[in-house]
Amino acid sequence: MVYRGPYRIRAEEKDRPAVEHPNDAIVRVTKAAICGSDLHLYHGMMPDTRVGTTFGHEFVGVVDEVGPSVRNLKVGDRVMVPFNIFCGTCYFCARGLYSNCHNVNPNATAVGGIYGYSHTSGGYDGGQAEYVRVPLADVGPSLIPDWMDEDDAVLLTDALATGYFGAQLGDIVEGDVVVVFGAGPVGLYAAKSAWLMGAGRVIVIDHLDYRLAKAAEFAHAETLNFTEYDDIVVQVKKLTDHLGADVAIDAVGAEADGNLLQHVTAAKLKLQGGSPVALNWAIDSVRKGGTISVMGAYGPLFSAVKFGDAMNKGLTLRMNQCPVKRQWPRLFEHIRNGYLKPSDIVTHRIPLEHIAEGYHIFSAKLDGCIKPLIIPS
Amino acid sequence: MPYTPDKPKLAESSDELRARIPGWGADLDPADRPSVPRERFDPTFSGAWWEFPERQPEKVPRERSIEHKFLTPVFGTVSPPRGVSGAIRRYAYKRYSEGRAAHWLLLMVADRVDVAGSTVLSIFSRHPDNPITETGVPAEASHHPVSSRTDDRRTDVRHQALDPFIVAAPWVLAAGVTYVLARKVIRRAA
Repeated sequence: MVYRGPYRIRAEEKDRPAVEHPNDAIVRVTKAAICGSDLHLYHGMMPDTRVGTTFGHEFVGVVDEVGPSVRNLKVGDRVMVPFNIFCGTCYFCARGLYSNCHNVNPNATAVGGIYGYSHTSGGYDGGQAEYVRVPLADVGPSLIPDWMDEDDAVLLTDALATGYFGAQLGDIVEGDVVVVFGAGPVGLYAAKSAWLMGAGRVIVIDHLDYRLAKAAEFAHAETLNFTEYDDIVVQVKKLTDHLGADVAIDAVGAEADGNLLQHVTAAKLKLQGGSPVALNWAIDSVRKGGTISVMGAYGPLFSAVKFGDAMNKGLTLRMNQCPVKRQWPRLFEHIRNGYLKPSDIVTHRIPLEHIAEGYHIFSAKLDGCIKPLIIPS
Repeated sequence: MPYTPDKPKLAESSDELRARIPGWGADLDPADRPSVPRERFDPTFSGAWWEFPERQPEKVPRERSIEHKFLTPVFGTVSPPRGVSGAIRRYAYKRYSEGRAAHWLLLMVADRVDVAGSTVLSIFSRHPDNPITETGVPAEASHHPVSSRTDDRRTDVRHQALDPFIVAAPWVLAAGVTYVLARKVIRRAA
């Protein structure tokens, strides 16, 4: 997969990646996914996205080559690779903040390293390819357990871990009313995870009925299609006895459409780090003293967020890119116990050579697409 | 309701939810949640056996944020800056920190220059750009385009009428400005 410009990608032969650092591994990708946040790159919203780069931060594969200092992996190992590239020992990694690693991204200090996520995140190629360079292979990847389905494994590399993390950031306590904005993969997983943490009620909001139907079926959630209401915030207030939700989770991020002004300034002219509609709805929908959790990805430019309301309401705003590997042991347990079956949301399997069609289907939400997997040639 | 002290009662009790939803309350205790506490000093969990990773060789000059003390020990090597867009990128990194809007706006400008230049250069390559296949539009023929539209299942329907104007307007405007400027220059020369 090679980026050619906004809304334009193609499948193309590139050189096989090489070992650039002694602790690199080269992984032959067996399955990848397109993530909703890949659409920010695809739509040209993320600065320093260079023509010729390869996207993809959700992938699993087989170790094909290891650098001279790799100790924990060997050729032939089946591995799942978290979307974060991290060193494991910098100030931040030592405290479990793997997504904030300070040793892998020279292009920015505000964000760590991410596969295939522009030079803003370190300039690494991603896994929507046949082979990918995996830096610091001793700390990132984990062996895929024998009992784990590969489709579940690939969804653990970002989407499920991020959704679960989003619910954690909400600091949910027993009986909380949780409202989730966005019924994409991360929103679905966040809604599902909210129950694990003891939510008393989970409401998912989106504008596509087929995704809301999935939220009801997969995540046992109440659903609201915001296009059916004059004001979705008022509707949430009505449903919560005018108190507001205890926790609001923004699983939308920069792709929120917004009104014409927001659409033009964010999606089209890229003058905002994203259209903050979902985040502003979250701020307005949550009760005073409530918590906002943000895992929807936003760009580095400012966004017009209703910060005054957040301050006046005494909200707690929590957010981060998910430190994926930290979530895995607990998520493995939940999958083994049958509480989570991540691959239930997969709707499409697209060969790598048809990646351009795959992006179009996912971006336009054509054909009832919720989560597409990419199958390398 | 918010006008009285008690929290509104939910329709279902915790026991009813536990019976209905697989795994309900499995992580009820915050201590069972992997990212609690938010920062937990444990440098051994990741599998790293170094305190500071070995340094990756810098084969070509690597741009970096001026907020970093030095080039990070590990970095990506794809797409080094090149041409006009590369010059803009290098300037953005060398001159402005991440805290300055100019940094990001220059990078966005460089992205557009990169795309325009690459599109033109591709015409002279063995693999020129194909605006039809690269946009993935052929999928429209095979993945329920009609039902996706009629069922309100698409995300881009609302903007499809608007997009050509928003996307094309800057190009039309730029072409008009170029034409006017070129005409002035030619008339002045004549």
